[in-house]
Amino acid sequence: MHTTVLLLAADAPAQLLPARQLMAFTLASHIILVPMGVALPFITLLMHYRGIRRNDPTALLLARRWSAVMAVQFAVGVVTGTVLSFEFGLLWPGLMGKWGDVFGIGFGVEAWAFFLEAVLIAVYLYGWRRLKPRTHFLLGLPLPAAALMGAFGILAANSWMNTPRGFTLDSAGNPVDVNIWKAIFTPMFGPQYWHFVVAMLLTAGYVVAGVYAVGWLRGRRDHYHRLGFTVPFTVAAIATPIQFFLGDSIARQVFQKQPVKFAAMEIVWETDTHMPEYLFGRLHPDGTISGGIKIPQLDSILAGFSPDTKVMGLTAVPESDRPNATQATIAHWAFDLMVVIGSVLVLLALWYAVVWLRHRRLPASKWFWRSAACAGVASVVAVECGWVTTEVGRQPWIVYQNMRVAEAVTATRSTTLWIMFGLVIVVYVFVFGAFLAVLLKMRTRWRLADAQQEAGSPVEAPEADTPYGPRSSVPSSSASSSTPSSGSSSGDGRP
Amino acid sequence: MTADLIAFVLLLAVTAYTCAGGTDYGAGFWDLTSGGAERGKRPRWLIDHAMAPVWEVNNVWLIFIFVIMWTGFPVFFQTVFSAMWVPLALAAVGMVLRGAGFAFRKASRRIAGQRLFGTLFAVSSLVTPFFLGAAAGGIASGRVALGTEASARAWSNPTSLVFGLLAIATTAFLGAVFLSGDARRFDAPDLVDHFRGRALGALAVVAVLAVVALFVTRTDAPHVWHGLTHGMGLVFVLLAAAATFATAWLLLRPPGTWVRVTAVGVVAAAVLAWGMAQRPYLIPTSLTVAEAAGAPSTLTWLAFVTLVALVIVAPAVALLYWLDTHGELESLTDADLRRGGTERGESADGS
Repeated sequence: MHTTVLLLAADAPAQLLPARQLMAFTLASHIILVPMGVALPFITLLMHYRGIRRNDPTALLLARRWSAVMAVQFAVGVVTGTVLSFEFGLLWPGLMGKWGDVFGIGFGVEAWAFFLEAVLIAVYLYGWRRLKPRTHFLLGLPLPAAALMGAFGILAANSWMNTPRGFTLDSAGNPVDVNIWKAIFTPMFGPQYWHFVVAMLLTAGYVVAGVYAVGWLRGRRDHYHRLGFTVPFTVAAIATPIQFFLGDSIARQVFQKQPVKFAAMEIVWETDTHMPEYLFGRLHPDGTISGGIKIPQLDSILAGFSPDTKVMGLTAVPESDRPNATQATIAHWAFDLMVVIGSVLVLLALWYAVVWLRHRRLPASKWFWRSAACAGVASVVAVECGWVTTEVGRQPWIVYQNMRVAEAVTATRSTTLWIMFGLVIVVYVFVFGAFLAVLLKMRTRWRLADAQQEAGSPVEAPEADTPYGPRSSVPSSSASSSTPSSGSSSGDGRP
Repeated sequence: MTADLIAFVLLLAVTAYTCAGGTDYGAGFWDLTSGGAERGKRPRWLIDHAMAPVWEVNNVWLIFIFVIMWTGFPVFFQTVFSAMWVPLALAAVGMVLRGAGFAFRKASRRIAGQRLFGTLFAVSSLVTPFFLGAAAGGIASGRVALGTEASARAWSNPTSLVFGLLAIATTAFLGAVFLSGDARRFDAPDLVDHFRGRALGALAVVAVLAVVALFVTRTDAPHVWHGLTHGMGLVFVLLAAAATFATAWLLLRPPGTWVRVTAVGVVAAAVLAWGMAQRPYLIPTSLTVAEAAGAPSTLTWLAFVTLVALVIVAPAVALLYWLDTHGELESLTDADLRRGGTERGESADGS
């Protein structure tokens, strides 16, 4: 995605390149965490419900462990999300200064939803021991709703940038007569929102299930792994075909409401009917296309259910108002890749459904489990692709047809921004590396605890040292009067 | 007028962040100063212990502040972020390192790793409030105006320096007061006195710096100085002074819970005094609240969103703090779960 930014108009300010790079990098990193933030609470509560309902300690164990993962990723998400809100001001002051009061309110909704989510996660995570099971579960129940509300705010802001509405421009070109309702519910809001929500659900489902699929492939086929796989995978498998239809519908919405973006996504050069569909391929600045698979008529059929449908081409708008050939190619590839991944996932979900409906068991094929293990990574890639499609397809506009990215960028010198970019890369590599290390460490300790349990030896609090595990007890010292019993592992010598 | 209301909400959010986030940063300050691996072991244990369930919530306040800034006063947001580029960028980096350091210190078993994460956490707990304070000082001194480009002058000046140091001292003070209370809650009597003494020391530093700030602003930020010595600003200054004496008195007596209230009172009154002193400006003396205000309908909706937030979030936060202070927040271990399961006659099959 970074090559996008290499292709700038010649008159673009020097700081545009690093500013875009930095924003793209921080957003792409943040997005990895979003599916888990939005949908993992739902999947966890589902498992929790099962645990309570069937009095199944294994389900409760899974739910509790997932809640620990949820909290760690939420903590990292808070950090990377805060960075993003700093960046709105540090990188795009022109955008916020001019349009902040038109589209900013969505962030207001997001902020309190996020606040609520932080509180609820803390209560849910730390409430396992002392709260009554029912109270604890009920306090966790609003979590998915809070997550949906937060997504609402963010998607409202992004869809506004795609199809801005709810204002008029005065003689100086400044927005006046702001109509908040119209600015939130823009034409692209509905399609983007539902497409996003289902994407998060299925991504989180496949990612979590993938972990247990790997265990399954390695021969761990107990109730714990069966349950850990089945619940999230079923959620994802239900969401996948829904997403297929939603994705098809949003593409048609883009065709109608952002024809230039659609032209870029499908690398259509001249406006015409009977347009062929290109799978991949590359658009050149002179309008020719090399490589790829050409399917006659299909683009027009997909856009309007008829080969006679007229599809707008990139040349319908002046060169300075549309993505250039390389940007269009990037949007096109990202779009095609997302569609390919989505289609394969539909097949996987079908496989699962057919075996389940006919035999009431999980598929036995090794290839099913291999695919299931990869589905999580694939759907994260699809999420990134979707984001690239919508952002690169909108170029060169930051607010479609109202403000160019170049007009919004900070006046800070490009050298400073490059240094900042370098610093952020180093910090993020460190943060995400440590995040991964924490997850792996948690897994190792859980596995150890399971092994100890099986061997019948007493299990010591295995997560005393993870960031969100139970609190460890007072390190013993002559002055400490009490030594709670649980913290046998507190001799970890914190500095 | 709605703009004034939203400006007040912004001020309240800043106050809340200073108190909640400040306590959080203060914990980092004491983490940094609590000595070597062995000597600092118990204070650090307490810091980890006390912070874990609430620290994220404390930091979400900052996002609120930004949202109110860019939605309610877009020009103000643009001006501040353009002029204060360097301190705000450094504060952002500090925040990332701090969050990562705190979360990952516990995860690393080796002492070298813990040192690295611990140092990162503690140092960035110092750096971040300093730069946020310096940016606030730059605004208070009126060195920023619409169109001001990023320059060192905007944030490296006497007022910024004093505000930055005051921010560090304030966080240390709040941190020590709260940690002292936490020590009592978690049955660590030695740590109660440990942090009580430090709270007193930090309070003295805050008081001295506050007096210095008055002298500095007199010449360096005349508008704010005038506001602090007249009208509502003066009322809050006096309130802060009264709360300071009350806190000092309470800190000298056997430990109780009221000291937390008065400590927050000191800080909240000081921040409110600053906000009142700036009236009617968001940036003295170039940008008033009315000039910076966004579209009227947006401000009305922002007020509505704030109200909804108040109705929904306030009880949730209250619940969190209540559960936390009543010791209800403790997570379950694998062992507990299995014990519970077998008690009910179920065997933890598989796994």
